[in-house]
Amino acid sequence: MQREGSPWQGLGVVISKELADQVTSIRMFVLELLVVLVAIVTVSFATEQVKQTTAEDPFLLLRLFTTSQDPIPSFFTFLSLLLPLIAIALGFDSVNSEHSRRTLSRILAQPIYRDALLFGKFIAGLITISISLVVLWLLVIGLGLLQLGVPPSFDEVARAFIFLLVAIAYAGVWLALALLFSIVFRSAATAALVTLGLWFLFTLIWPLIAPRIALSLVQSDDLNTLVFAAQTAARLSPVTLFNEASSLILDPSARTLGPIYLYLPQLQGAVLGAPLPIDQSLLIVWPQIVGLIAGSILLFVIGYIVFQRQEVRA
Amino acid sequence: MSENVIEARDLTKRYSGVAVVKGISFAIAGGEIFGLLGPNGAGKTTTILMLLGLSDISSGQVRVLGRDPAREPLAVKRWVGYLPDQVGFYDNLTAADNLRYTARLIGLGRDEREQRIKEALVHVGLADVTDKRVLTFSRGMRQRLGLAEILMKDAKIAILDEPTSGLDPQATIELLEIIRELKHRGVTVMLSSHLLDRVQSVCDRVALFSEGNIALMGTVGELGRQVLGGGFNVEVEAQGQGLAERLAAVPGVMKVEAAGPDRWRLASDRDVRPEAAAAVVAAGGRLLRLSVEEPSLEAIYTRYFQSVSPQTGGRHAA
Repeated sequence: MQREGSPWQGLGVVISKELADQVTSIRMFVLELLVVLVAIVTVSFATEQVKQTTAEDPFLLLRLFTTSQDPIPSFFTFLSLLLPLIAIALGFDSVNSEHSRRTLSRILAQPIYRDALLFGKFIAGLITISISLVVLWLLVIGLGLLQLGVPPSFDEVARAFIFLLVAIAYAGVWLALALLFSIVFRSAATAALVTLGLWFLFTLIWPLIAPRIALSLVQSDDLNTLVFAAQTAARLSPVTLFNEASSLILDPSARTLGPIYLYLPQLQGAVLGAPLPIDQSLLIVWPQIVGLIAGSILLFVIGYIVFQRQEVRA
Repeated sequence: MSENVIEARDLTKRYSGVAVVKGISFAIAGGEIFGLLGPNGAGKTTTILMLLGLSDISSGQVRVLGRDPAREPLAVKRWVGYLPDQVGFYDNLTAADNLRYTARLIGLGRDEREQRIKEALVHVGLADVTDKRVLTFSRGMRQRLGLAEILMKDAKIAILDEPTSGLDPQATIELLEIIRELKHRGVTVMLSSHLLDRVQSVCDRVALFSEGNIALMGTVGELGRQVLGGGFNVEVEAQGQGLAERLAAVPGVMKVEAAGPDRWRLASDRDVRPEAAAAVVAAGGRLLRLSVEEPSLEAIYTRYFQSVSPQTGGRHAA
């Protein structure tokens, strides 16, 4: 059945309203404080470490993102833990709060489609996270410049920028997941708990059990096959995808994400530790980036279908 | 009466194969106030949601302002205002900001938007709290804000789902007054309510819902005749000779009872006050008082449900 008009009618209005709500919300303020604190702490420790150990490194700026000093993890590790929490905090009550406030039927009685409302909420959430990440990114680079006193190269800035985009895609997966559960569960508390449960699973448990599951499913004596199966299982987690993509983008000397099997002829002419061009690094992690974007789209589409079929009445 | 602005034919809604609205048909004329009555779960809200295109129609046809809400929901929703049961607003926003959001969704320009919001809030008596957060609003104020939204939208049809539910008597009176004003503006009003006496005071016609069907539909007088077997009670107080016989001869009068010295109660199938007054005057009598008592909607409602389900009649009574 052909519907009249555009499904995006009112999209801009929904985005601006949701954006205003989120940016001015207390939960966002608290999360921002947390993120800024993390940035300051990790960058401070990283710069200290960098000054002591890798002063001659040509990619000092990137080291700010990847260097850890026990017990403080690296900045990108912190982000891999914090970004899902920010996204979940922004999305877990997006739709079910409209039910509980009894605003959904009134808003949908205006001349807009459900498409605009749902997409508007997702886009607004993504914009909010993007604004936070850009601020954080600038903060880290600014603090790093101040503390290290070394201007970054174009390659470093480009890699850091790609890392920023990957982080946004990663947050998009969690936002879409939180949005999906906010549609499925009428109770915001249930939606939050289930989403946090999945975050816990994918962050802490999945890396431990994924190889075992893969090895129990794949019956082979071939080491290559087993490693591939274990890696594939691990990559079902968005956390793995983000960590792999980030670590390779932020480390120009990294050339692979899995085990390497070298034969002597392949080593001829190779300069160990030489940086990889940025386009080559990007090519290696392209599947991970596509995986993150595809994950966001898939979760959003599932949420969209469920939302379209849902009854409006409370 | 104007042409129909809402038409439903064999409208059916099924959830998991179970019909909750069972092939109902009705038409509402422009400028009319039409009441939907019935116990909870009778299918009133589902019918309203189907009219708005917010719930899929299982079978049947609906036309709102000549358009199909399923195919042309945007055109329908542009001109139909909806006040849901226990209307919700964004508590963190002010009354004006809530209306601004709706106005922007409708697509009103800035100047027009501000003008309409101001007028609507004045109209419903919320001008003093324009910039107050809705969080502080009472239920009655929220209902009035909902009506302000309909006014701001310049809706041709207002669909109000239990608008007086949970309101105190004063708030109910004020709300009903606003509903009457909507009618004076030419807005067609469709409302569902459990407060039968209140509905009776504003509705031109009512439809009585029962288990997904429209059991009865018409004016209160028509339903009174249909269910109670009678209609209007006209009270005449007059002085003169042979007035009882004269009044009994008035067309439409079924019974004349003495209600006291110089007082008679006429049971009639319609409002016969003009004819009764003429009969008194024609008999050389002196008319002192003339009043009419319509059949009570509550009595119709209770009697109907008792007749269709004696076991549950009491439960259904509002």
